[in-house]
Amino acid sequence: MENREAIAKCQSGDKEAFGILVEKYMKRAYFTALALLGSHEDALDLSQEAFVRAFKAIARYDGRYEFFTWFYRILRNLCLNYIRNGRRRSAILSDYQGDLYAVERPDPSVLAERSELREIVWKGLSDLEPDVKEIIILKDIQGLSYSETALVLDCPIGTVMSRLFNARKALKEKLERYL
Amino acid sequence: MNTELTDEEREKFNLLLMKAVDGELSGSEEIEFRRFTDTHEMCMSEWKKFGKLKEVVMNIDFKDPPEEIWDSYWGDVYNRLERGIGWILLSIGCVILFTYGSFKAIESVIDDPTIGLIVKGGIITLLAGIFVLFVSTAREKLFMRKRDKYRGIRR
Repeated sequence: MENREAIAKCQSGDKEAFGILVEKYMKRAYFTALALLGSHEDALDLSQEAFVRAFKAIARYDGRYEFFTWFYRILRNLCLNYIRNGRRRSAILSDYQGDLYAVERPDPSVLAERSELREIVWKGLSDLEPDVKEIIILKDIQGLSYSETALVLDCPIGTVMSRLFNARKALKEKLERYL
Repeated sequence: MNTELTDEEREKFNLLLMKAVDGELSGSEEIEFRRFTDTHEMCMSEWKKFGKLKEVVMNIDFKDPPEEIWDSYWGDVYNRLERGIGWILLSIGCVILFTYGSFKAIESVIDDPTIGLIVKGGIITLLAGIFVLFVSTAREKLFMRKRDKYRGIRR
């Protein structure tokens, strides 16, 4: 079944048709969330939650963008809010418990191949602010073009390029020693 | 080789650099980019570093979770959808029962001649207050947040 047909059925309330979309995009959703969040459990949880929210909002999908571009915004907002709320909780708890409560650390076990350099790059990437890290993930890990990235982020291509420059510059500064 | 760029040249170079790193330079842009790298050491150095950076980031590869995760993925999403509906029905049921129970309680309080007027008034006011708070909170969660035009804006 084509996307358009599946979406039309979903908009009539057909949950089974939504399963076609979920199975088509689940890996992409999971790995995108994993790159943003750095944890398998969180990526699984939030990618599934994003699909639930997408189904509830499917009536508002008008076909102007490709389905995953529309879905990505839901996933992205969930992930960024989760990170922000997690940092707020860590900051509050650390006020009470000093430095006992660590801010989230990237989990190196999610990497397919572990080497010192890959773990250093992964940590450097994870240390960036979420909206800075995001554009590197979209461009360099997901392999989106400039125009696809601009669609997903809902901003002009020029903005994508300047954000990308700033993001790569920030990452380069963290990894200067290893480049 | 020159080492200093003006701010305008710097900005131009940065954009060309990103395109060069991503292999998206047009013919004329490539000529312009080469002019920068051939005449400014710093530009050549940046090109090499950013190129290397892209290479190492692209090599980040994530482990595929076990096949069972994918086999049960849609089922898990479906369960979440169903449970969402379940919670809504449960909440509606609670509201109906609470409203009915409150109504019956108020009725019995009003009909009971042994309960003083002040106590009757206090109980009715208390229940009315709880009802108003509940409706107000529910309205905020269900309607106002959906219509908040600043909802998508990150502060």
